[in-house]
Amino acid sequence: MRDELIRRLLVSIPQLLLISFVTFLFIDLAPGDILAKYRFDPRISKETIQQIEQKYHFDKPILVQYGHWLVRLAHFDLGYSFSREANVTAVIVERLFNTFILALFSIIITWLIAIPLGIYAAVRQYSWGDRIMTAISYLGMSLPGFFIALILMYVIYISKDMPIISLLPIGGMISANYESLGFFGKIGDRAAHMVLPVTVLTITALAGLQRISRGNMLEELRKQYIVTARAKGLPENRIIYGHALRNAINPLITLFGFEFSTLLSGAALLEIIINWPGLGSLMLSAVRSQDTFLVMGSMLMGGGMLILGNFVSDILLIIVDPRVRKG
Amino acid sequence: MIFFKDNRAVQKFFHHPLVMPGLITLCFLYTCSIFAEFVAPYNYDNGNREISYQPPSKIHFIHNGKFSLQPFVYSYSFKFNSNYERIYIEDKSRPYSLSLFTKGDKVKLWHIIPIQRHLFGINDSSQKCRLYLFGADPVGRDLFSRIIYGSRVSLSVGLIGVFITSILGFLIGGISGYYGGKTDWLLMRFSECFMLVPSFFLMLALRSAFPIDISSTEVYLLIIVILSLIGWAGFARVIRGMVLSIGKRDFVTAAKALGATDLRIIIIHILPQTVSYAIVSITLSIPGYILGESMLSFIGLGIQDPQASWGNLLGVAMNVADIQYHPWILMPGVFILLSVMAFNFIGDGLRDALDPNR
Repeated sequence: MRDELIRRLLVSIPQLLLISFVTFLFIDLAPGDILAKYRFDPRISKETIQQIEQKYHFDKPILVQYGHWLVRLAHFDLGYSFSREANVTAVIVERLFNTFILALFSIIITWLIAIPLGIYAAVRQYSWGDRIMTAISYLGMSLPGFFIALILMYVIYISKDMPIISLLPIGGMISANYESLGFFGKIGDRAAHMVLPVTVLTITALAGLQRISRGNMLEELRKQYIVTARAKGLPENRIIYGHALRNAINPLITLFGFEFSTLLSGAALLEIIINWPGLGSLMLSAVRSQDTFLVMGSMLMGGGMLILGNFVSDILLIIVDPRVRKG
Repeated sequence: MIFFKDNRAVQKFFHHPLVMPGLITLCFLYTCSIFAEFVAPYNYDNGNREISYQPPSKIHFIHNGKFSLQPFVYSYSFKFNSNYERIYIEDKSRPYSLSLFTKGDKVKLWHIIPIQRHLFGINDSSQKCRLYLFGADPVGRDLFSRIIYGSRVSLSVGLIGVFITSILGFLIGGISGYYGGKTDWLLMRFSECFMLVPSFFLMLALRSAFPIDISSTEVYLLIIVILSLIGWAGFARVIRGMVLSIGKRDFVTAAKALGATDLRIIIIHILPQTVSYAIVSITLSIPGYILGESMLSFIGLGIQDPQASWGNLLGVAMNVADIQYHPWILMPGVFILLSVMAFNFIGDGLRDALDPNR
């Protein structure tokens, strides 16, 4: 299993490079370039532009440009972002952290809510609670994340008179007066700004996960060993939590990586809507301004996070499931 | 088709409690979208900046204390309040009655047949009073009409996209599973490339190769191509898994012994076995295309204004202040929700009907 994991990681490197090459090609295909704004700026001389072009080899064919990008990548240098006028690595690291925080919190909250709900629905199959949850989960699975975000923003807006909701900010990551706040004030401010995006991401992921955990649990409860356990007179709680649950959760862990991928995509659009300074909104502005190095860097980071997500879920599975460890 | 011969599956499908609501919703939406020019009371670009964000027309039955069976609306006029916001009020002096098959904008059905009568509307050729069921957008166009026109884009993207995806998926998955070995390894590693980056990022990167201001038809085709490129990998992998197990069965060996070509075996003998799974998977993946299109159009990289799609109509709502004062601009989202939910219902029904384990 360990060899398999390492092999998978190694294979993903050329795959990521292939995707990065295609992206590079595509941005180059697009008309216009990032230096256009410099060319029209009378304060910047032609020589300076030529220097920049030479430094980043913009005057060479695309393959050579990509080759140089690869060489810089090997030195952990993602290049210079002309639209942000800063080092790509520096820009991305900050944004990556913001996105990661969002994804992490919503994953934790989703799992904490969805799995107990799934177990409940499976144990009391066809009860009223189960039926209501099934109905809601259909709605939840069909609601696009960005629409939930818009609705929640509207709800927060119209409930200005309510005591707690009125405190929730609608966009951004920190308030304008963030710097003047004390330590706890800063934490509180950040937490308040996270409520909206984390809620949206949780709602989008919740329904699917609840349904899957319900399905898995039902399947386990039907198996022979549960009948045996019941026949031996084990208490029902022990059967459900000690036996069935442990087996029902394993398939969910493999889902973790996949979950992470959809979450990143969903978070990207959400970030754009609520002005959250994350990787998604960075990617959009980079694409819009044809900032090649920034797009490439964001793509790599997005891909890297996905690979990491899958890797973590594989390792978790090894820890939880002894069958995988030996197989 | 195996699917239709199996009566039990068909019965099970229609008896599923969610299938009928799903089918009815979809039939309704697709009919409206096919006859958009006729169903929509106004043309998609018929607007009047004077009535920007006019609220949804209230439909009345009682005028001056007298009840009439025929519903009617009043015309709206506005004045500015102290904050220079438009306040719309109904002008109750004259009722404009609502009726079927009224004369309205001259449009061409399917770009061919000129029509002037619309399914419903109000008889007011001056268009001073307008029937705005869902209110007006920022430039005073009828949101309802634009939603109907927009459904053409939003609802067809899913069908065409899924068609391309399934052809790609069947072929690549089939070849990969049938030949196995190095071909399989290469094709699968290649397909993983498309799943390696979050799909939204890939969508943005692919879109970036083309200028923002290309024509709406081109954008439409581009969106379909992009979404299919992103979508085929997952489907191909599952088909490959199924083909891998089917390829070992006796009838494949028999076909090989009879000298059938590989492509013939894959397409005629093996792939039909995967159809029941494929139907379910395809139905459940259509919402992804509808959402993909609306996401791109929503952030302004898809279908561009005068043309409508549910995504770009919802794009107006990106500004929070606008939702607060004109909540009806969220309506296109309700349509996205309805269509996605309907496809999910039908997909679930299909799965329950075709899955022998249930």
